[in-house]
Amino acid sequence: MAIRIVGVDLPQAKRGEVGLTYIYGIGRSTARKILSEAGIDYDIKVQDWSDEQAGKIREIIGAKYRVEGELRSEVQLNIKRLMDIGCYRGVRHRNGLPVRGQSTKNNARTRKGKKKTVANKKMASK
Amino acid sequence: MSRSLKKGPYINLKLEKKILAMNESNKKTVVKTWARASMISPDFVGHTVAVHNGNKFIPVYITENMVGHKLGEFAPTRIFRGHGGKKK
Repeated sequence: MAIRIVGVDLPQAKRGEVGLTYIYGIGRSTARKILSEAGIDYDIKVQDWSDEQAGKIREIIGAKYRVEGELRSEVQLNIKRLMDIGCYRGVRHRNGLPVRGQSTKNNARTRKGKKKTVANKKMASK
Repeated sequence: MSRSLKKGPYINLKLEKKILAMNESNKKTVVKTWARASMISPDFVGHTVAVHNGNKFIPVYITENMVGHKLGEFAPTRIFRGHGGKKK
């Protein structure tokens, strides 16, 4: 039976430390903290956790960590606040450009999205 | 890298003095400033500060959400008017 934690199915065949990272908001280091607090070895596979162990992990995540939907909405709210007060970072979010001062002459494709080719750009500049 | 906590936030002394004086006398006038690097402290809320952007002063009305940001963040120094366009 699949182990479900905060609405996410964990991969069965992975080590606990890695399996937990499938939850949004938990990376390797948080996963390790959770497991050591629950007293579970990092190397035990997700499918080999007992029900009590899984319960304990659920309890720790529920009490101490903000994950999944809650975390996503928090991030969205933070961005919204920046946009509402009209500060530089907010403007960059609005325009879909890099927020942290990166160069935008080339690259920056993650923020700008796929290339929009401008026809005859070379000719126009001559 | 963030500023050392030991120093506390940087708030331009002269600007702060003017704002505090205004708070005391319950007056509200626009203060011109060049101190773009100055942090917005809770005392500034409700005032309008004219922040220099290198060319002119941009009036910024300070709301509660802005506390902890710097004045320069609200007065952009560059204006992007778009690329290309038709040639005449």
